Amino acid sequence: MAEITITPRGRAGGMRRLLERYPFLPALAIVVALLLLNGFFSPNSLSYRSLTGLLSTYMALVLLAIAQTYVVYAGDIDLSAGSILSLVNVAIVVLMERWGGGAGAVLLALALGLLLGLACGLLNGIVVAALRLQAIVATFATSIFFTGLALYILPVAGTPAPALFWRTYGGRLLGVPFVFYILAGLVILLLVLSRTRLVTQLLAVGDDQQAAFQSGLPVVPIRIKGYLLCGFFSALAAFCITGDTASGDPLVGGKMTLYSVAAVVLGGSALSGGWGTVVGSLLGALTIGLINSVVFFMGTPSEWQNFVQGLAILVVLMAGVLAGRRARA
Amino acid sequence: MSRIVSLMRQPLVVALVLIALLLHLGQTLSPGFASGGQVLRLLIVASLLGIVAAGQNVVILGGREGIDLSVGGVVSLSAIIAGNVMNGADSGIVPAILACLAAGAFFGLLNGLGVTLLRIPPLVMTLGMLGVLQGLLVVIRMGIPSGRTAPGLSGFVTQPLAAGIPGIIWLWIMIGVLMAFMLHRTVFGHRIYAIGSNEHAAYMAGVPVRLMRIALFMISGMFAAIAGLCLLGYSGSSFANVGEQYTLASIIAVVFGGTSLAGGKGGYTGTMAGAILLVILQSILTTVNIDESGRQMVFGATLLLLMMFYGRGRAMRA
Repeated sequence: MAEITITPRGRAGGMRRLLERYPFLPALAIVVALLLLNGFFSPNSLSYRSLTGLLSTYMALVLLAIAQTYVVYAGDIDLSAGSILSLVNVAIVVLMERWGGGAGAVLLALALGLLLGLACGLLNGIVVAALRLQAIVATFATSIFFTGLALYILPVAGTPAPALFWRTYGGRLLGVPFVFYILAGLVILLLVLSRTRLVTQLLAVGDDQQAAFQSGLPVVPIRIKGYLLCGFFSALAAFCITGDTASGDPLVGGKMTLYSVAAVVLGGSALSGGWGTVVGSLLGALTIGLINSVVFFMGTPSEWQNFVQGLAILVVLMAGVLAGRRARA
Repeated sequence: MSRIVSLMRQPLVVALVLIALLLHLGQTLSPGFASGGQVLRLLIVASLLGIVAAGQNVVILGGREGIDLSVGGVVSLSAIIAGNVMNGADSGIVPAILACLAAGAFFGLLNGLGVTLLRIPPLVMTLGMLGVLQGLLVVIRMGIPSGRTAPGLSGFVTQPLAAGIPGIIWLWIMIGVLMAFMLHRTVFGHRIYAIGSNEHAAYMAGVPVRLMRIALFMISGMFAAIAGLCLLGYSGSSFANVGEQYTLASIIAVVFGGTSLAGGKGGYTGTMAGAILLVILQSILTTVNIDESGRQMVFGATLLLLMMFYGRGRAMRA
């Protein structure tokens, strides 16, 4: 595309052209820099084993950030993504336990978990797009509702997930760690999605809702579909967190919502909508994971760790915004 | 008739009617709920939220997706600072007030600079700042004890000051009057609405848009700091992340008060009613005998229901 369109933008400097084509490059650069820093402070942290561990810990955040990206595309936001994750987490753990924890039970529970995530997304979509409530406050209200539901299903954290489930997640298949299959599956899924009309439509709505409407796009259904995608990926994130923690916790996702928003911004997407990439969000989520790991390996005193992490995230957030703007300029 | 209909569309009127209904409901569910002493207690809690919401209100009014997600962190930080400066002595109250205001203004200034000079969206900037503040709280907590309130401060917050009404409620009323005066009778106030409804036009008309925006974030930080100080007086000593809940609650109070999140439209009187409404709702849910999960579900569903009364966006039109 970029080769044939001759616009003033296309003739601009090489750096800008690269940024325009691959807007997630700054995020990638940050990830690489953080990996090198990690390796510098603790050479062992670059081992195959440690990286696998990092990926399986932060896979849930990666998926949640991707979930958030699709609503941000359309200029919306979902503050309930983390509580959808919690809800699906406790629902599948309780179902798996009740049905005996066999392979059939696990698969059936996962299928129902996906449906639950989609249902939550549908509710959000109806509330925000069809009833036209303001996304920030409306999804905060639904997040309280979902958290209540999660607490109803499992009042206290602790029910273990069946061994079959977390052993598979943390284990290997044909000698390759299972998370890499998840990552590969995810990449294929994202590629397929990026070829669909829906992503373009979401971006069009986010870019200029009025213009999208006037050119005949069904704006309300499109925004609802964005929330459906968000619910779907939040459910997938719940599967990963269940595999990682091997238990149910009705509050596990609470803190993850704001991280998912931060990851989207780190990836260079605009919160105002109309511009962004899911790859950027994936890298943004890894950036948050790597920052936590660097701060730990640097030997930061434990009481300072949260502060340094917060400061580092603030700095890269600014970098993400500035880089995203440059790419769009 | 049409006058009544248009009156019913006023967010303030809606909030007041809902408050009356909820008080009645509370009284039915648990007799004594709407008694004088109980209402005063509700108002004390509401004033803490209302003071935070005053700052949130001006930032949101200023537009350009204005929002301050860091207020919860500033509330917690201010409670710790105040506790340590006072450490149980009345002589420390004035220094504590000054220290808290300075801290609130400082973090507000940082937010404002990020939003104006670097043009970071407020949501992102204040979200990042919230992370920094939470980290800072951990550092402070590990290093020093959380401190105690001075008796004078807790008396101000919990004991009657004049006409049987605690000082903090008087303070809140004063803030309400001052906010109304500032928003509607001063140049500064008119400029807030101006940059909130059309930033470019305001700039062309000579409004110092950047300075205004920085000032709004500093005001927000200072109100959050005052609330943190009063919160310490209310609870005696501060505990971890005591202010966390105020972030989103203050935004909801502003929305229930009829201020549009798009900026440029609304005021503080409605927000005060919104804060009272939110606190009564929470209080009713704690008096009703249901477990935590049911309480949260009802709370979330009720919030959604109430939002149906307020500022729904306009339908798309060709």
